[in-house]
This record gives sequence, C-alpha cells and structure tokens, in this order.
Amino acid sequence: MSAISEEAVPSFRLSMLVYDTRYRSLTFQFIALAVLIAFMAFMGMNLVRNLAAAGLNISYNFLGDTAGYDINQTLIDYTNQSTHQRAAIVGILNTLLVAFLGCVTATVLGVFAGILRLSGNWLVAKLMAAYVEAFRNVPVLIWILIIGTVVTTLPAPSAYRGETPDSEMLFGVIALTNRGIYIPAPVWGPGSMIVVAAFILSILGAIMYRRYATKLLYDTGKLLPMGWPTLVILIVPSLLVFFIMGRPIGLDYPALQGFNFQGGIQVQRPLIALWLALSIYTGAFIAENVRAGILAVSKGQTEAASALGLRPNRTMSLVVLPQALRVIIPPLISQYLNITKNSSLAIAVGYADITATLGGITLNQTGRAIEAVLLLMLFYLVISLAISAVMNVYNKSVALKER
Amino acid sequence: MSDTHAHSAAFVRTETLPEMPPPPGETGIVKWLRANLFANVPNAILTLVSLWAIYALLAGFIPWFTNAVWSAEDIRDCQAQLDGTRGACFAVISERWHQLLFGIAYPQDQYWRPILAFILLFLSAAPLLFSKLPRNLLVLTLIYPFLGYWLLWGGTIVAPLVALAGVLVGFAVYQRLVTGSFAMGFFGGIAAAFVAWWIGGFITGAAEGVLALEPVASRDMGGFMLNMILGTVCVSLSLPIGIMLALGRQSDMIIIKWICVVFIEFIRGVPLITLLFVASVVLAYFFPPGTNQDLILRVIIMITMFSSAYIAEVIRGGLAALPRGQYEAADSLGLDYPQAMRLIVLPQALKISIPGIVNVAVGLFKDTTLVSVISMFDLVGVVRGPIFSSTEWAGVYWEVWGFAALLFFIVCYSISQYSQWLERQLATDHR
Repeated sequence: MSAISEEAVPSFRLSMLVYDTRYRSLTFQFIALAVLIAFMAFMGMNLVRNLAAAGLNISYNFLGDTAGYDINQTLIDYTNQSTHQRAAIVGILNTLLVAFLGCVTATVLGVFAGILRLSGNWLVAKLMAAYVEAFRNVPVLIWILIIGTVVTTLPAPSAYRGETPDSEMLFGVIALTNRGIYIPAPVWGPGSMIVVAAFILSILGAIMYRRYATKLLYDTGKLLPMGWPTLVILIVPSLLVFFIMGRPIGLDYPALQGFNFQGGIQVQRPLIALWLALSIYTGAFIAENVRAGILAVSKGQTEAASALGLRPNRTMSLVVLPQALRVIIPPLISQYLNITKNSSLAIAVGYADITATLGGITLNQTGRAIEAVLLLMLFYLVISLAISAVMNVYNKSVALKER
Repeated sequence: MSDTHAHSAAFVRTETLPEMPPPPGETGIVKWLRANLFANVPNAILTLVSLWAIYALLAGFIPWFTNAVWSAEDIRDCQAQLDGTRGACFAVISERWHQLLFGIAYPQDQYWRPILAFILLFLSAAPLLFSKLPRNLLVLTLIYPFLGYWLLWGGTIVAPLVALAGVLVGFAVYQRLVTGSFAMGFFGGIAAAFVAWWIGGFITGAAEGVLALEPVASRDMGGFMLNMILGTVCVSLSLPIGIMLALGRQSDMIIIKWICVVFIEFIRGVPLITLLFVASVVLAYFFPPGTNQDLILRVIIMITMFSSAYIAEVIRGGLAALPRGQYEAADSLGLDYPQAMRLIVLPQALKISIPGIVNVAVGLFKDTTLVSVISMFDLVGVVRGPIFSSTEWAGVYWEVWGFAALLFFIVCYSISQYSQWLERQLATDHR
C-alpha cells in the first residue's frame, strides 16, 4: 500500500500532449489558433501586396467627398452636392423605413393567413395554403421583380385628368399612379403639439386604467370592462382637445397640377414594390409560424379552460394565446431580421437603401470596395445583433420556470 | 307477456324496418358543403369572398392562357397574331428556352451534357434520398461529383479521374489508420489524398487530350443550370462544414468554440448580398497576387460559408435536443469523442435536424438567384439582361417571370414534400 502512495507523480512527457486527455485539448486549441493566425497573416499579406500592386490604400476619407448622385426617395435633406456619408445615412434610414413598414404589414398579413389556414372553412384554408406555398417556394428576388413590374402597370397621372378621368382617386384622397402613390400629408399648425401631448397622455391613461382593472380583478375578483373604456380614454380627450384648439392638424391633399400630382406625400414606386413584395413574401413565412404556434398548444389546454367555465374568447386570450405566443414570437423576430436583410435586394428595383447607396453607387464611383463592403456588413451586423439581443431578453422573460 | 302487450298497445310492428337513407341535409355533398363552407354566417361570407377572388383570378388568367401564342418571331409578331385580344406570348419561352435553362454562352451543340448531368444528378441522389434502393447505386453517388464536373466543364477526363483516385486513396488510408485513432485516420487520409493529387497532377499535365470534351469556361455557365450548380455544390459542401462548426460550437475547448461562434454569428448577421459583393469585388484582394480565380469559384466559396453557418445552427439545435443521457451513455461505454459523435450522437442529432437542413437547402437554392445582382447570368440574370433588353422581346414580362417562378416552385415544393415524407419515415416514436 505504502509503495503506491509513495509512487512519484509521473513527470510531464511530451507524448502526453497527444495521449493525455487533460493536455490534448490544449494541444488542439493551440494548433487551431496557430492555423487561424497563419491563415489570417497569409490573407493580410496578400491584401497588402495586392493593394500595393494596385496603388491603393485603406482610407475612409472618401466618405467626406461629394457624392454627386441623386436619390429619389429621402427622409432627410439630401442633394447631389451632399457627401457620401450623407448618402449612406439616407440609405440607412431608407433601409430602416422599408424594414419597419415591411414588418408591420407582414405581421398583419401573416397572422391573418395563419389563422385562416386553420379555419374550418375548407375553401379559405386551401386558398391560404396555396398562398403560403406559392410564396415560400419562389425566390424573394423574383417576387420583388414581379411586383416591381406590377406597380409599373398602374395608371399614369394623366389618366386622372379631364371631366371623365380613366382612373378615380381612392376615397378621393389617394392617387395610385405609375410614378408612385400619393397620400395626404399632415400639416402641423400652431397648437398641434398640444393635441399630440393629449394623445400621448391618453395612451398612458388607458394603460393605467387597464392595470387598475387587472389589479382589481386579482384582488377582489371584480371584473371591469376592458375594451370600450380603453377606446374611450384613447379617443375622446384627444378629439376634444383637437376641436377646442380649433383643429390645428390639417391634411394636405394631393392634387393633379400639370403633368403630375402636387402636394401630399409621394411614396415612390420602388419603395412600394419592395415593401409589398417583402410583406407578402415574409407574410407567408409568418403564417406558417403562427399556424405552428397555435397547433403547438395541446387540445387539453382548451378543454381544461372550457371545463373551468371560461368562454371561448377568454379561453383564447387567457389560455391559448399566451402559450402560442411563446412559440410564435422567437421565429417571428427572426423573420423581422430576415425582412431587414432581404431589404438589401432593394438594389434590384432601384430603391436607395444602404446597399444601393453605399454598396452600389458610392462603391462604383470611389472604387473603395473593401471599405464600403466592410461598412455595409458592419451596419447589418449591428442591426442583427441588436435584434438578437432583444430576442434573448424576450426568451428569458417567457422561459418556463422549471424547478 | 307478449300477449298482454299486444293487446294494450294499438299497434306493434313485428318486422324490422329496412335501413333508411340519412336525411338529405345530413349526407353527401350537401352535408359537406354545410359543414365546410357554410357552417355559419361569417363562414358563408368568407366562402363567397374566396369564390369571388378565385373567379377574379381565373377570369383574368384562363383567357390569357388559352389565347396564348406559342410561336412567333418577336413581340410585334406576337401582338399581330393576338390581334387585339388579351393573351400570353409564350413564344418568348419557346424561342429563348435554351437561354433560360443553360445561359447565353453555353455552346448549343453541347446541351446534351448539362441534360445528362441533370439526369445523372437524380440517379445519384436517389440512393441518398431513398434508403430502400440497392446500396450498390452509392457508387454512382461517389463518382457523380467528378463525372458532373467533367460533363459540365469539359476538358480531359483524366483530371476528374485523378481527383477521384485521390479521394479513394485518402479513404483507403483513413480505413487503415482509423482503427488506431480517428484523428490519425482523418489527417492521414487527407495527407494521402493530397499526395495522390500531387502525383496525379503530372499525369494530368501529360494527358492533355485524353477523352476530352469541348471545354466550357465558368463564365459561360448560366440560366437555371447555374442555379442548380450553385445550389447542389454549396449545399453538399456546406453539410460537412456545418457539422464541424456545430460540433465546434458545442465543444469545451474555449478557443475553438469562440472561433466557431464568431464565424457563425458574423455570417448570419449579414445579408447574402453583401457576401456576394465580397466575392465579386473584395475577395480577389485576398488571393495570392497573380492568381486569378473564377468568379463562380469565389461565389461558391461565399455561398458555402453562408449556408454552412445556417446549417451549423440547425445541427446545433439537433445536438441540443438530444437527451443528455445519450452523451453519458456513450461515455459510459468507453467510447472516445470521435466514436461517440460518429456512432451515437450525430446519427440521432442529424435525424432531428433533417427538416431544418432541408429548409436551409431550399432557402439557399432560392437565394442563388441573388448572383444576378453581381451580374452573373443565372435564370433571373438572363431574364433581366438578354431577354428584357433584347429588341425582340422588350415588353414581355409575365410569361417569363411565370416560367422562372414555376421552375423554382417545382424544385422547392418537391424538396419540401420529400422532407415531410422523410420525417414520417424516420419517426421512430410511437404516437
């Protein structure tokens, strides 16, 4: 016994780096790191030599130069005398704009289609299945280009002219033309800020009322109505303030003047094409997520809720939806991410998003390929990391509390 | 008893009634219509709205389709034949189908090669897709990559043969060494393959014109063929890379884990189109000076990186879904890491990940259309370039887009149907 305990600790031998599991992982990691560094160094050296051979360098000074090209749809002031940096910011804002609009409409469309696909109505369910399959199985680029062609078939502004025009404006205020869609623009008169403030206050009021009602329900079991008081709190005070202040917010309607519409907001054709295509395409995917989420709630839950005496709409809102949302929301957020990334296809229909400005015209004009592509990737990376951070927070908050 | 009963009741039926048919409202088409289309008022309204929508679609589509002109010189000829009636001009497809399928530059007298490669693709994929087929067919699967390359790109057959020989040598060495340790077999196999390729290089150089097909340059590949090439090559390459990335991300080794995490998250965070920009304008700076790689090769590299990151995430999901007990069981059997992964963990994890992998594959195949943005002439590129800008067919839209969408729909829909079928086949749990 004593012989064993006194046995000397085996000294380190070189072969242990390969055969001893305690050291082997270190060996592997060292080799991996060495290979990686060697690979990077090889690429870096190639880069330096290639740049030197082409007489180029890495510099971001081109961002300060005059861009010299026009952008048809901008959210901020921009002329062709602005800098490349300004053009990139215009592009970023345009990307965010179409991504936001696309997310909203895709969600609405997807939720509708997903629920209708589960409907007992055979025809509607089949129609929705056809919609989902048709859009999921054809590339989004083809859909963007098809819808881009569809919007060119809208009537020209001249079709709205004359005593008996060929085309009528929708509700008398919206003009669908092949130069874009004209919608009324809000005009902010003096005192309009008070109306906005009143509206924000009433949103807060509605939230507080709903909190109070929930608390009352949990504390005393008394059930206050939720739906119509919320609506009243939201609408009535703002309307009152609006009329008391003498209607400070007006609308500027588009009107045909000369060859084109004047006034209102012009939503350019590329934006409409991209927005519609992204919404309809992603809506098909969201419909599948919604359907899967609702199907994932086992039938026993619905039956248990009915056995407790809950009415069908309460079963839906209190039992099925909260559980379905846990399944639906993570893929929904990654669909939002997909919309943002797919909006880079704007370049195919001529919408000036960040890929078209920084990665397209700026890159071609300045020849700064490495810098422009790097900045482009950085932008998308920041967006997607931000969205996945949101997703992680959400996942943590809804994770099943397991013991 | 029966007597008293017979007397107390006015009438007792003594024979059995024949079976009656159910009431008319509870059977057949009426019952079905009531249950499925007109269950209640909102449902009936929905049905009517859907019927109207279908009618509106068909009323536009059917005359357009039936009036179609299938052969014409150009769009003016087409309009002359239509003579004012609304109708499609499918003549553009019968005229330009070869451009849509094979691109603008593939030599016309060589079309049998991509067609043969396409048919062989199905034959060689069949034993992978359907496990009931005889296993001998896997030989075709093994030689297909080399055969397909030879058919599409042409040149001497010696080069693909040497490549195949290298793989075979590598595999033989792997088989010999893997009994000792997996790492030895793996790296030994790779080393042996490289030695074989190096030696084979001299043979290829010597045998320039042996069994040579007319060589076709990479830039001449186009049309739907290019989409198929990119899709198949990138998915097949990204599967093994994706498995390695997923294992790396699950690994205990910090450095390897972080290399994989950074790679996967970076690739997944940027749109494919930026990676294609890298392929077209940036990647050339990173190759050794003086070398000039094909655009198609650079694009394959970037798309493979892209899809392997997505496949890695799918497989990671499969690895995480596997019960902890499976890992522990493998350990308790005394299997080392490569054995445990190859024999216990990966077969099960891959099975769980099949639907996800197929989704990635379908998505990737659709995304191959993005190469048209960096001015490669894939199906979409051919449509937007040579067809829309030609004087003959400027102004034809719906026919060509419909054809392109239909091609993609057929491929993607059949892949997803196959995946659902496979899922049912592989389901071993009892429901």
